[in-house]
Order: sequence, then C-alpha cells, then structure tokens
Amino acid sequence: MSDVLEVRDLRLRFRGYSGTSEVLHGISLNIRAGERVALVGESGSGKSVTARIVLGLLQELPSAQVDGGLFFEGEDLNRLSRRQWRALRGTSISMIFQDPTSSLNPVFTIGTQFAEVLRRRDPRLSREAADERAGTLLQSVSIHDHARVLGAYPFQLSGGMNQRVVIAMALANHPSLLIADEPGTALDVTVQAQTLKLMHELVERSGTAVLFISHNLGVVREFADRVFVIYRGRIVEQGPTPAIFEDPGHAYTRALMAAVPRITGGGLPELSDSESAFLEPMVVHEGDTA
Amino acid sequence: MTPLLSLRHVSKTFGSGPRAVHAVRDVSLDVAQGECLAVVGESGSGKTTLANMILGVFGQSSGEIWFDGKGLPVRRTLEHRSAIQLVQQNPLSSLNPKRSVGASIRLGLDVFGIGARSDRWRLVEDALEEVGLPGHFRRRPPAALSGGQCQRVAIARALACQSRLVILDEPTSALDVLVQARVLRLLEDLRRLKGLSYVFITHDLSVVRNVADRVAVFRAGKLVECAETRAIFEDPQVGYTRQLIGAVPVIADDELKLRESLSGGLPA
Repeated sequence: MSDVLEVRDLRLRFRGYSGTSEVLHGISLNIRAGERVALVGESGSGKSVTARIVLGLLQELPSAQVDGGLFFEGEDLNRLSRRQWRALRGTSISMIFQDPTSSLNPVFTIGTQFAEVLRRRDPRLSREAADERAGTLLQSVSIHDHARVLGAYPFQLSGGMNQRVVIAMALANHPSLLIADEPGTALDVTVQAQTLKLMHELVERSGTAVLFISHNLGVVREFADRVFVIYRGRIVEQGPTPAIFEDPGHAYTRALMAAVPRITGGGLPELSDSESAFLEPMVVHEGDTA
Repeated sequence: MTPLLSLRHVSKTFGSGPRAVHAVRDVSLDVAQGECLAVVGESGSGKTTLANMILGVFGQSSGEIWFDGKGLPVRRTLEHRSAIQLVQQNPLSSLNPKRSVGASIRLGLDVFGIGARSDRWRLVEDALEEVGLPGHFRRRPPAALSGGQCQRVAIARALACQSRLVILDEPTSALDVLVQARVLRLLEDLRRLKGLSYVFITHDLSVVRNVADRVAVFRAGKLVECAETRAIFEDPQVGYTRQLIGAVPVIADDELKLRESLSGGLPA
C-alpha cells in the first residue's frame, strides 16, 4: 500500500547564541493510507517538533535548520512554496493539539470558527450551508444539541466537548493525514477514554491516516497499529503495536514499560540510574499490520 | 489509635443563594499515622478544595477537622502550619523563579524557627541530599533544574519543615513516566523512613494502585466510596469507581482482563 507520509533521515538543528544544537538526529518513518501510527517518547525527545516539521511550521522559524526528505502522498514537500504548503494545512493534513480549550479562539463562536475551517476547502461556502455541514459533523462526534454548541464560545463548553469540536473540525475537510499531538492528555481519564474511542471510530470510517504523538503507552496500545519509540531525537524501536508490547527489544522501550504503574498492582518498579543502554542501535520488529 | 487527621461532616460552599457552588459536601474521613490515603476523582470533584481546607487556605463552611487529636482552628498556629505541608503539581511554578532553590527551602526553616540560625544552610543541604540531590544544588535557581529535580526540591522543602502530613496534589502528573517512577519511589521511601502520612490527590488510578493504602473516590463534591486499595480495584462497590478504573489506559494483558472483568462501561 502506498505511503501517505514518508519522512527520510530528518535532521533538525536550532541555531542559538552558543552555537547550534541538533535536536533530531536523522529520523525516518512512514505512514500508510488509513494507518494509525504512534510516535512515543518523553518530553524533549523530539515528538512535537517532528509534527511541526510535517506541517511546515518549524521551517518558518529563522533559527531552525531542517534537512531530510518529506513526502506527502508521493509529493516532495520540500519543493512546495510557502503558499502551497499553507494550502495543505487544514485540508489534506490537519492537526489536533493537546489542550482543546486553548487551541480554539476564545473570542469567536464555535460556528464562526467552524465556517472558517470549512471555507479552507470551499471558499465560497455560505454561512448557512457551513452551519448545516458543521451540524452534521458535530452529530458524528455525538454532539446532539449542535445549534447551542455552534452559538457558544469555547469557554462555555467543557474540555471534553471542546475536544470533540476540535476533532470534528480536524476531520471536516476529509484530510488524508491527521496529526494528533497528545490528544486527551489535558482531559479527565473517563473523558479521555471516550474521546479516543470516538476518534478511533471516526478515522476508521473515513480511512484517515493518523500520526499519533503521545507519552502514554497505555493510550498508544489502545489506539495505534504501529509504534515508533523516540529517544533524544533518535528512533530506537519500531514495529507493529502487539510486537512492541509483547516483546520490547530496546533497553529504553523496556525501561519505559517497566516504569508504567499497573492497575493490577505489583508495587513500584526498581529502575537503574544508568541510561547508557538507551543509546543502543535501533530495534526493528518485522511484520506488517497493513 | 487516634488518626492523625480526621474530617467530620466537612462541607464547603462558595457563594450563596441559587448560584452557590457546593464544592465539598458532608465528607468524613480519617488518615492514620504513616498512612497514604489517595483521593481520586475527576476535575471539579472537590479534591483540591478538600486539600485547601486541610491546609487552612480557607475554612470549611461546616463540619470539623481534627489533627493529632485536637480540633484545627481556621487560623492555624505555626506548629500546625509546619506539620501540614503541600507539594504541588507543577514544581516550576510552585518554586519562586527569582530565588535559589536553597533559599526557598530555607524560608520555611526561618518562618518556623527550625534549627539554630547558623545551622540552617546545613539543614537545607541535608534536606536536598535526603531527596537524592547534591547539597551544592542549593545555589541554583529552579530554571537550572529539570522537572523531576524541581519536584524533588519541592518535596525537600515540605520535609525540611518537620512535617507529619504531606498533601501531594498531583505530584507526578507533569513528569515523564521514567521520572515519575523515581519520584514515586522516593516518596514511598521517605514515608517509610519518617513515618509520614500522605494525602495523595490524583486522577491517575494506576499510580494509586501502587502507592496508596486506602482510596477515597470523590464525585461532584461527595465521597462516594472509601476502602482499602486492593478492595477498590478488585471489588469496587460503586458504579462510578468501576467506570473510573475501566477508563484507565493499560499496557499489559492481565490489566486488560481486570478492566474487562469490571466492565462498568463508559459513562454516556
């Protein structure tokens, strides 16, 4: 099956007053059509910058130096003009951020913001038609009193409601790739579980490929088909989700899993302080899920 | 044995009339000496309001709070304030960015008059070493420390005041999983070593399972279930507790089995 996204030997450096520092040391990953791929790592490992590079946001920073191949549906993203890249965002590639309440604009109603999203694909769409489309989309994320929600401001809705609005917006223009950066982390555990279940159903139905960025291994296990584990700007392990969870091969992946507290008990894990083994070469699990 | 902390029919209402918010309603619970009581619930369930009443940030609307066999007045004495300490969720925002971390720790010693004046920097260094940081870190500002190190400083600050009860308000939610595991281990070791009591406020049930002796489940200001940790996870009596456990993302098959056996289903 063809790749929706392919990232080849991606490097990122930031120039600062004290010289340059390399943040990504050549990472490669691919996402096939309709596949859910997770990128797992701790804070500072380079997960979110990867997402921002795919969206072309980081390239606009003068201090960032990005090298490496980026291909979206076979097209070389590096050869796009700023304008063409911009046209992709919100239409073919969309993104969901961690905190839904701060990713929506507090001074516009949900309806206004929804119309703006829909007009990215269809610039001449009237407000009435936009509201109608938005209504159907909100229905699909189990928001049934859509008239009230469309007239409301983000702060008048709960966090879980806002997250569902954001999901509906992200999928409104039928993107082929959805980037979800820690969705649900800011939500309560029950709301997070509902939101993920909903997102799972929607992307399955629409065949959207997902790049799922998270630090929560439990969430990843439930959501992703394939997993890439990232540590300090390097991919240390990759493979289908069941293989990674049943037989983690890399010392870092094993340490991550050992550190997760279990609901079946068993006490707190004993962790060694040595992290030298985390720099071992990458472990690749063969076998495909797609 | 009398419990260290005891709440009897404690309620807290903000505002009055039809728009009053009943943040905590008629809660009674005990924390024994050396015990770790977990307080779990979703946002808005009254966990933090409860903590603020125990700390004396504001008084309760009704009910009584007892500490070490005596009723706690709303205006706390220095002794009460040093005995009940708080560790907050985000260490970077709970430590003063303009002070060295040593100065932040020392402030408590000065206010509560702990140790001789000339001796206090040594006490600060001892406190840092106790949480696994080198003593010379006392000269550093919080910005020069990682999140996990800052949280260790916050713990050192709470313990340096000779506290007996520590309120841990989501102490590891802002930390990465490897760092979280180390901080939890540290908290557990310190509790055993010093016979401390913890009120561990969190929404992460998998952490609760591994650190708490007992669990109090809150929903909309009410205490809906309170039992030994094992009982809560293996045989929850209340549907809401089942839902909470059922929503925890898990990584192992035996966890999945436990979760499915409870299968309360998600709330609509």
